[in-house]
Amino acid sequence: MKIVIPAEEKSLESNVCESFGRTPYFLLYDTETKESLFIDNAAASSPGGAGIKAAQMIVDQRVNALLVTRLGENAAGLLKSADIQIYKISKALVRDNIEAYTAGELSLLSEFHAGLHGRGEATK
Amino acid sequence: MLSGKGGTGKTFVSVNLAAAAQTATYIDCDVEEPNGHLFFKPVDIREEEITVEIPRVDSERCNGCRKCVDFCKFNALAYIKDQMIVFDEVCHSCGGCIIVCPEKAMAERVRAIGKVQRGTSGQTDIHSGILNTGEVSGVPIIKKLLSDNSLPAQRPILIDCPPGSACIVMESIKDADYCILVSEPTLFGVHNLDMVYELVKLFDRPFGVVLNKCLKGPDPVEAFCLEKGIRILSRIPFDADLGTLNSNAEIAVYKDERYRNLFSDLLKTVTKEVRRHAADADPER
Repeated sequence: MKIVIPAEEKSLESNVCESFGRTPYFLLYDTETKESLFIDNAAASSPGGAGIKAAQMIVDQRVNALLVTRLGENAAGLLKSADIQIYKISKALVRDNIEAYTAGELSLLSEFHAGLHGRGEATK
Repeated sequence: MLSGKGGTGKTFVSVNLAAAAQTATYIDCDVEEPNGHLFFKPVDIREEEITVEIPRVDSERCNGCRKCVDFCKFNALAYIKDQMIVFDEVCHSCGGCIIVCPEKAMAERVRAIGKVQRGTSGQTDIHSGILNTGEVSGVPIIKKLLSDNSLPAQRPILIDCPPGSACIVMESIKDADYCILVSEPTLFGVHNLDMVYELVKLFDRPFGVVLNKCLKGPDPVEAFCLEKGIRILSRIPFDADLGTLNSNAEIAVYKDERYRNLFSDLLKTVTKEVRRHAADADPER
């Protein structure tokens, strides 16, 4: 399974970024090979619609699941139409969430917020 | 009339200035919650629907090249599972996707975002823009309100702006001869005044400040104006009678002589300022 997590830094020991659309990085993690790859989030500096652009990027990476703190309804719609499962983050660190996911401890995210319209910037 | 935050008294000042002018045009550009009409209670209302053009995708022609997706700076387009998806509310109607599509798979379609209402109240013409709930941008409605060629040029036009200093406010003051910044005597008021002060300087508009809800004692907004050398046009007291009139949607100028005088003076001051700036800009006139 390929999963993706918004990360504040390019490290498994990094904190998860609360924002999906404006996270600086995404971690792509393969649960079978245990390979991890950090990619820059090109949507982070968008004037608007960052969630949509980030979702497009994630869909193009052909991942199976996304682990997030919160997610807007536009991005959620796109990810769902690409059959990507959306799980709710339960721990602060990226690594701990991967472990929680692998252990089957994360629950599906079921509530999606209306757009933050540029007010959801990632904290630096 | 503009201010960095809501509730400082933009509508109060706009409505009463229009009332003091007797024959005037009042334009409510606060399209997210227009409320000037509550005071004027206009009659003979004509309504016009405002639409924007957004893209429609011909999926037979679209080959999934994504040139439009990459072009859209607002990220209103996505291409998921061999299908184009348009986010109507995110689209800013620039038309770029239609131009860049090599397959001619994009065409325009019309979408309603709100309306403009025009009516009269005595000798005052009342124009209000109304943005539909959930819409992101009121700019097209403000453009429509202010591009109206039938607006009589010989009488004052009072533009009641939305709060803040974003695109919709810029659109509202673009062609204004003068900007009145309405403020209230708190530190928060200073911060919000500073936002619109920066904006009118950027737009190179002549401007002055109306201090509203003035109390006894030191006023941080007044200190800010003194420090920056900003002209104070008028001081409106924090007055329970005024609050009561406003809460009952009454126009103070019609009900209370003190305020009739205050707003007549303000109108005279501003008119003089506008003429002076026009003469400076064009000495031939």
